[in-house]
Amino acid sequence: MWNAVRVLLLLALLMPGAACAVQPDEVLKDPALEGRARALSAQLRCLVCQNQSIDDSDAPLARDLRLIVRERLVAGDSDAEVTRFLVARYGEFVLLRPPFAMHTLLLWLTPLLLLAAAAAGIGWRLATAGSQPPASAPLTTDEQRRLAALLKASPPEK
Amino acid sequence: MIVELGHFALVLAFLVCLVQMVLPMWGARVGDDRLMGVAEPAALAQLGLLIVAFAALTHAYVVSDFSVANVYANSHSTKPLIYRISGVWGNHEGSMLLWVLILALFGAAVAAFGTNLPATLRANVLSVQASIALAFLLFILLTSNPFARLDPVPAEGRGLNPILQDPALAFHPPFLYAGYVGFSMAYSFAIAGLIEGRTDAAWARWVRPWTLAAWMFLTVGIAMGSWWAYYELGWGGWWFWDPVENASFMPWLAGTALLHSAVVMEKREALKVWTILLAILTFSLSLMGAFLVRSGVLSSVHAFAVDPKRGVFILAILMVFIGGGLTLYAWRAPSLRQGGIFAPLSREGGLVLNNVLLTTATGTVLVGTLYPLALESINGAKISVGAPYFNATFVPLMVPLLLALPFGPLLAWKRGDVYAALQRLMVAGLLAIGAIVLVFALVERGPWLAPFAIALGVWVIAGAISELLFRVRVGNADVAEILRRLRNLPRSVYGTAIAHAGVGVMVIGITATSAWQSETILTMRPGETTRIAGYEINFKGVAPSDGPNYREVIGLMQVSQGGSRIVELAPSKRQYNAPPQATSEAGIHVALMGDLYVVLGDEAGDGAWSVRLYFNPLVRLIWIGAVIMFIGGALSLSDRRLRVGAPRRVRRPTHAPAPAE
Repeated sequence: MWNAVRVLLLLALLMPGAACAVQPDEVLKDPALEGRARALSAQLRCLVCQNQSIDDSDAPLARDLRLIVRERLVAGDSDAEVTRFLVARYGEFVLLRPPFAMHTLLLWLTPLLLLAAAAAGIGWRLATAGSQPPASAPLTTDEQRRLAALLKASPPEK
Repeated sequence: MIVELGHFALVLAFLVCLVQMVLPMWGARVGDDRLMGVAEPAALAQLGLLIVAFAALTHAYVVSDFSVANVYANSHSTKPLIYRISGVWGNHEGSMLLWVLILALFGAAVAAFGTNLPATLRANVLSVQASIALAFLLFILLTSNPFARLDPVPAEGRGLNPILQDPALAFHPPFLYAGYVGFSMAYSFAIAGLIEGRTDAAWARWVRPWTLAAWMFLTVGIAMGSWWAYYELGWGGWWFWDPVENASFMPWLAGTALLHSAVVMEKREALKVWTILLAILTFSLSLMGAFLVRSGVLSSVHAFAVDPKRGVFILAILMVFIGGGLTLYAWRAPSLRQGGIFAPLSREGGLVLNNVLLTTATGTVLVGTLYPLALESINGAKISVGAPYFNATFVPLMVPLLLALPFGPLLAWKRGDVYAALQRLMVAGLLAIGAIVLVFALVERGPWLAPFAIALGVWVIAGAISELLFRVRVGNADVAEILRRLRNLPRSVYGTAIAHAGVGVMVIGITATSAWQSETILTMRPGETTRIAGYEINFKGVAPSDGPNYREVIGLMQVSQGGSRIVELAPSKRQYNAPPQATSEAGIHVALMGDLYVVLGDEAGDGAWSVRLYFNPLVRLIWIGAVIMFIGGALSLSDRRLRVGAPRRVRRPTHAPAPAE
């Protein structure tokens, strides 16, 4: 995205060089633990980046966070415990998926509210549709003629 | 001198716009043909002047005239020609100039091809279009002048960000802007319709081709950006739900809804009030997206304050056009009479469902994008809304949309027969079930939902083909008769089916690469071999190399399969000289089943290098799907029934071959 470029510009300033996220020396020996670490990393924000997860980011801070996640997992923490630890340390800002709480109620309920509004609107239309005569827009005679000519020039579908 | 000429043309274009905004609308109001007649020559003159301005800036870039501040800040004499040209729109001022140029191009197109629009509608549309151009030209002239000079003249420019020096990204902005700006046509038509207090089926028919063209450009523009991100950013991601991506995605979603609701309005005169609103909202989202990002509000709250003049100006433009449009809508829409009544289960009903789901998705993306900003300004709480949120909310909205998609075109207008449609989709349903079984049998790992998502893609593709077959009534005719009927199907029917099939193709690509990507991260010494997805990759070492404006280290990777050599990949790490910055170029081998994607990391000491290998199954289908959607749109656009703007062609004798577009 061209627009993404602006973000990348900023990112580029923060990056020491173009390297690539998870480095070989970070990878845990236990594939199950490493898998959990990767899944967790995708949900955690690199705090100095623009909307990048620590799994994707090359910033040194992201590396630190990746190492912390792995440290905690090796120490036997559950996924929830690791997340809690990071939130306690860095705030909710670190979560790419905001928790469901009072201050995010509107965020999470948006799709449902919009669907409900649409359903209500359609219901109202259906309820009142019977009372409305099917009216067409008033056209001048000249426009009637033009429209007729147009419709004639193009046969109706099917 | 040429630069000053460009600046002068820009000022002149502003004055022409002023005339084009005021006189035709006044003429339409008092019924004066001469005043209305000003619109066309003004629109063409505006285009001519902006071409001069744009050419002047391009010239300054091509000859590397560093006395122009904009060229100095964004170009470098050693840059290849193509990137000196694409550098014109690779920055704020130049991209604004491109924006108004494309705006003028659309206006001139109405002036040139809209000859059979009613005179007042044409005058009003061009007048509204001119008001948009006027605002942006004023913005450019007052806050973002691309022609400002420098004294003393610097000897060398600062260069374009290396990640912008890429073929896909060179042409990504023009497509994206053609999409954004194209939706201004829908907006201008909506406002003109509201001013005249009348919108009807003919109005919808005039609006549709412009909306379709804008949608096609935006589709390709977004796909190009995604493709670029995939191969350039070096970890094989193709969509990040980044605020800036969302900014382009929202107009696309709303525009897709608009395309479909305009069909209902054209065929059945229903959904008028809604279609007008959607036309206003789609362009509003284009404006908001493009400009909030540009001003830095979305990426960072603080960037907004960097140039308050620009930010405030942008806000004013937004308020005038979004607020003004919606106010006019609230005032005039109740007077629009509603047309055709339809049963819930009908073609119209299907398109309403499409609109409900697409606009809900648009609203969700909008709220998700702006929520952190809003929350922080209300109570200072900082939260992040990232990919996991959007995946969790967006995907569930798309599933019913895709499930219902094949039904839509098979239902009749007014009252559809769902049972009959189900019968016609029997084969598609069986194919989808077959796909589930097949995928479960073939793939042993990955999320259990993935086979169902693949089936959804198969369902949409097979459904689109079923529709075509139903229309030619396969089953009660011989081959010659079917071929004859296929030839006689309107192009827009093919367009619809092909665009829908493109959606299905994209769904399969997205699912496959998200569910079954494999990855290996390791340190390799020269001579070592590793395996991924059935490939053996032998690291032969690194070699230095020089480009026109960079130096690079290339990793030599011999890729073999089953002992036979296939290809040598050369992922590299580049160091550009201006601005001094490092980039990473992936080595990609494209095969039928997916991409082998190799990235060279850092030197790990002792001659060893960190290497990242990915296999991205079927990932190309994402962009192929977008191209198929574009082709479907183009076919639809070439349908003579849609081109009311070209009456002379429509009136050609029927035995003449249809002009190839």
